[in-house]
Amino acid sequence: MHPAPRALRRALAAVTVALLATAVGCAPQPEEKTTAAPSGSAAKSCTKGKLATKTSGRLTIATDEPAYEPWFKDDKPANGKGFESAVAYAVARQLGYGKGAVVWQSVPFNKAFAPGVKSFDFDINQVSISAERRKAVDFSSGYYDVRQAVIALKGSKAAEATSVADLKKLKLGAQVGTTSLDYITDVVKPARQAAVYAKNDQAKSALKNGQVDAVVTDLPTAFYITAAEVTNAKIVGQFENRGGTAEQFGLVLDKGSGLTPCVTAAVDALRKDGTLAAIEKQWLSDAVDAPVLK
Amino acid sequence: MTVTKGESAREGADDKGDMTGGAGQSGDGYVPSQRRLARERYRRARARRATAIAALSTLVTAAVLYLVVVNAPGWPRTKETFFSAHYAREAFPKVLEGLWLNVRLLLICGAAVLVLGMLIAVARTLRGPVFFPLRVLAAAYTDFFRGLPLIINLMIVVLGVPALRLQGVTVDPVLLGGTALTLTYSAYVAEVFRAGIESVHPSQRAAARSLGLTNRQALRHVVLPQAVRRQVPPLLNDLVSLQKDTGLVSIGGAVDAVRAADIIVGRSLNYTPYIVAGLVFVALTIPMTRFTDWVTARTDRRRAQGGSL
Repeated sequence: MHPAPRALRRALAAVTVALLATAVGCAPQPEEKTTAAPSGSAAKSCTKGKLATKTSGRLTIATDEPAYEPWFKDDKPANGKGFESAVAYAVARQLGYGKGAVVWQSVPFNKAFAPGVKSFDFDINQVSISAERRKAVDFSSGYYDVRQAVIALKGSKAAEATSVADLKKLKLGAQVGTTSLDYITDVVKPARQAAVYAKNDQAKSALKNGQVDAVVTDLPTAFYITAAEVTNAKIVGQFENRGGTAEQFGLVLDKGSGLTPCVTAAVDALRKDGTLAAIEKQWLSDAVDAPVLK
Repeated sequence: MTVTKGESAREGADDKGDMTGGAGQSGDGYVPSQRRLARERYRRARARRATAIAALSTLVTAAVLYLVVVNAPGWPRTKETFFSAHYAREAFPKVLEGLWLNVRLLLICGAAVLVLGMLIAVARTLRGPVFFPLRVLAAAYTDFFRGLPLIINLMIVVLGVPALRLQGVTVDPVLLGGTALTLTYSAYVAEVFRAGIESVHPSQRAAARSLGLTNRQALRHVVLPQAVRRQVPPLLNDLVSLQKDTGLVSIGGAVDAVRAADIIVGRSLNYTPYIVAGLVFVALTIPMTRFTDWVTARTDRRRAQGGSL
């Protein structure tokens, strides 16, 4: 065997050392802030406008891009229009942050719960609260009771369905990571594997193209889709709540965030004084009745 | 170090004897000299030292990396989020189920890509003015599909083609996705084949022609066999790449290994299923690489035998 040239060996050794150095150098940085936050801000007092937010004096709120109607309007979360935008500003006001102190941030759904330092104070993105998800993130209390609905093209066989049993033979579709998909797999249990899309947009075009018979989304989204986006589709019906407990959307906070109790208190207060109901009536008034699939 | 030819040849022969069971029993009365034994001892000592140093250095590196990762302040959460045994167990069967789709796509698209890529490459390398339009078409095809991002190609084929509502054209997202993959990858593979064909020295073709073979026969019996043999490693590269990209078919709603992982991640907000899916793909690649290495080595051996007439 020929011994490796000395220069090559030196270079290799140097690379190894450099790699180790970088590993040592950069590893301990992340999360330092988060680990410090819960212990430091254990104070229960939610002093108005003086919370330990990411940027002091400002409240950073995140949502995905694009921001869909009817949750947001015109893809501009900062305009205060649309249900979730209005809720976010109401929560901010309750916490003592005026409209000018709210900063919006675009965070993809899949990134909102990644471990590591969060760049936002809370995320509002139609995230359903579940015990399983609580292991990864903190939730505020629910700000909206959501139901899941089925959409199909008018005149198709799927549009005639009146019960969950009628849906079993159909090819159903939903967005990945949604409770809509859970309803398909756990409640409908269809004979054919459901189509799973990265975004609702793709599910919509699959519905238009006849690649799926029906699509499941939450009810307000279903109303928006049938009213504005796929106008030759109709809402077949909505599902009953599973196990009697309402499914709720919650604000997502970093696991162990010091803000969780304050944000929860704010949401509770808004529910109590009727603000949430008023916002719901203003932006989601359509989403009241659709036949229930038993 | 300068070694005379005779000495090195003798050493080689003796080394072999050593390995099969000690020196001196080869029966030809050869007794290794003291000097030779000393040299061998020295070499063995150096080899042992090198192995020891390598082992120690590996151990130290591993220990340092382990400590750095484990002592990172976020490690407990990272461990829980990316390496949870509970979610790994839950994800594994579903990921495997999804992987079956990836494997089928790989086999069918892989075969289609090889055939189509070869045809396009041959079309591009045809000579003669008659074939001008064919050459232009082939070049346009490779330029277009090699440049078009695969994800856009997939979106157009999987979501756009059914929108045309053509009679008799499938709306199955897996078939359409497979078509899109074949379109893009045959463009890559055609370029690999073309490079291979052009790498065969012109004298080979000239020799074949002078033996009375037609252009087509020269291509079929002389140029292509040599070209294909040289292309095995880059072709494997494209095949592995295709294997990973079969996952993009999930754009159309099909549930492959990655999407199966996605589903669990979305529900649990735990990333372990991604790790499981990633490892499954790696595990699929390694045997493929070893197999190609074996095939290449075998053909090389055969060629060497045939060459030493």
